[in-house]
Amino acid sequence: MNDPIWLMLVKGVLVFVVLVLLVLFTIWYERRVVAIMQVRPGPNRNGPFGLLQSLADGLKLAFKEDVMPRTADKVVFIAAPVIAVACAFTAFAVIPFGPEVNVFGIETELQLTDFEVSVLLILACSAVGVYGIVLAGWSSGSTYSLLGALRAAAQVISYEIALGLAVLTVFFQSQLMSTGAIVEAQAQGLPMSFGGAEVTLPGWYFIILAPSFVIFVISMVGETNRAPFDLPEAESELVAGFATEYSSLKYASFFLAEYVNMVTMSALCVTLFLGGWAAPFPNSWWPGANEGFMPLVWFFGKVLAFLFFYVWLRGTLPRLRYDQFMRLGWKVLVPVSLVWLMVLAAMNIGLDTENELPTRIAFAGGAAIVVMALIFFWPNRKQYEEPAEPDTGLGGFPVPPLDLAVPPNPRALKELEPANTSAAPINGSRPTDKGEEE
Amino acid sequence: MIDLAQTVAQNASMGESVFFWILAPIALGGAIGLVLARSAIHAALMLAITMMCLAVFYIMQAAPFLGFVQIMVYTGAIMMLFLFVLMFFGRDSKDSMFETLRGQRLFAVVLGIGLAALLASGLARAVSGMTIAADPRWATGAQSNVEAIAEALFSTYLFPFEVVSGVLTVAAVGALMFAHVAKKGGLRGQKAHSRERFAPGVYPGPKPGPGVFATSDSTATPALRPDGSIEPASLSAYVPPRQLTAAESAPKHTEGRES
Repeated sequence: MNDPIWLMLVKGVLVFVVLVLLVLFTIWYERRVVAIMQVRPGPNRNGPFGLLQSLADGLKLAFKEDVMPRTADKVVFIAAPVIAVACAFTAFAVIPFGPEVNVFGIETELQLTDFEVSVLLILACSAVGVYGIVLAGWSSGSTYSLLGALRAAAQVISYEIALGLAVLTVFFQSQLMSTGAIVEAQAQGLPMSFGGAEVTLPGWYFIILAPSFVIFVISMVGETNRAPFDLPEAESELVAGFATEYSSLKYASFFLAEYVNMVTMSALCVTLFLGGWAAPFPNSWWPGANEGFMPLVWFFGKVLAFLFFYVWLRGTLPRLRYDQFMRLGWKVLVPVSLVWLMVLAAMNIGLDTENELPTRIAFAGGAAIVVMALIFFWPNRKQYEEPAEPDTGLGGFPVPPLDLAVPPNPRALKELEPANTSAAPINGSRPTDKGEEE
Repeated sequence: MIDLAQTVAQNASMGESVFFWILAPIALGGAIGLVLARSAIHAALMLAITMMCLAVFYIMQAAPFLGFVQIMVYTGAIMMLFLFVLMFFGRDSKDSMFETLRGQRLFAVVLGIGLAALLASGLARAVSGMTIAADPRWATGAQSNVEAIAEALFSTYLFPFEVVSGVLTVAAVGALMFAHVAKKGGLRGQKAHSRERFAPGVYPGPKPGPGVFATSDSTATPALRPDGSIEPASLSAYVPPRQLTAAESAPKHTEGRES
């Protein structure tokens, strides 16, 4: 990256503009997609297809009164949204949008910056971005905010481990830590021979590292606090979680940070697992597809597909209970990633033709045995025990009967009694009417 | 030491010295703020600032991997766990400035300055004869920074590294063992909770919210003050108060049930 300073500035401004526009678009996109899923039109009034709705909402939010609680810790209360937004925007700096292009006679890459360990910058930014949420909750001086902040802290720390382990397998496979280089490494196909037939699989890591891809996608939803993992801002439990006491532009900036994080995480996933800016078809179909500014289409197409996935999740899945969520993180995602990392290492030694045959067989076989043993001895759910006391109704819970048999009406019982048959009232008439009729 | 510092200053590039002179005061300010801050959270934040500045120093000295791992592990995970614990103390908890031992503060200042002088003189003696080493291998591009760290950790210092990781794991598991207290009588299931809630004599609906001194959530019931008297603001001017007679408040006779 040896760009002149003016080009660096232009790139920086462009990344900022692209992110803000993407956020405005994503809010509209989310509302429209969820609306279509719920069979209603969604925002369609402001601008073509309602595209300007989020701009109008943002402007309205910015002009609202800015309220600061009397019990708030002033400095931290103001710093928290700034930290959240700054970290969210910084992380996007290392995402490659495309290959080298010619801008006004200068060969440059469509990427703000890249260095040896640029993927770690994104992870570091998301780690520091949590400070924004946690400090917001703490400094508000409100119980709901504090609970939201505690949840956010626990959530992001636990899901960052699974996320980091998934990214680690990509480092392991590519032996690279730079976003641009990882995209280039995925461009090479993966030659495989199945019983003599030579097949070149696409080199995108979501095929070779399928378990890591799944773990990454799950934990990136947890990391960005999105449904079904949006426990820090669970509106039915915590009002608005850490943002309860915030208003006006500060409140808006938390939303900005959340949506920018969504975009960044989608872009990171595309970069690490889905070939980055590469076209989603073999190069021989369309030789010019991966040159010039064309890759921007593929890149943003993939990112938008991921954003759709986020919205789809939100429209489909209910929010998890907190203990279930933590159990998923610590007892499923982290152990599975650790075992998968080890298996991958063993398989790499086993597949390396430079090693001696006994070594290769030992490592590959060992990995296979570990996987088989894990599948075999995976701790099952607790066995159902027959209750000691007999159950009545639906397992003894006080609920209406399942067959919905209406209990006999006391009045009807009275009618059936033989002594009262002669005096039985006509259906629907009140007892007081009885005397008048007779 | 001054000689070494001068040589370092002469050898540093323009950008490096600019960043150094911007970040060094911030790092020092964070360290001083950590000691002086009254609130525990503010102290933790000051420490986080110092750690971030150190991370940038590492990056400036051609160790980007170390720098980012410092941010991720120390600032992102460890300080976050500190904050997590500190937040339980509540926002208004402050350090007590009361001296429990007489002259404690004076002794602390004297000993602190003494320790600082000792450390500074020791460091000065240690580095006085040193010269600047040649560029490390990763700076010249022969070996990447990550590879150099990996080689050091997993071949040269493999045994100490494994011992430390073992000790840390044992410490974490041990802390869990101490903190975990088995519940007496086991957990009550959903069924037991449900039975208890619907037992005769228990009102199964939601309880009134905190701060409401009411025995019922009916709008016809006035709110009670903490001393038990009726809060006048909870009485509507338009609803005439009515005291039920004993006959009115008795259970009504219903058909089909003789009582």
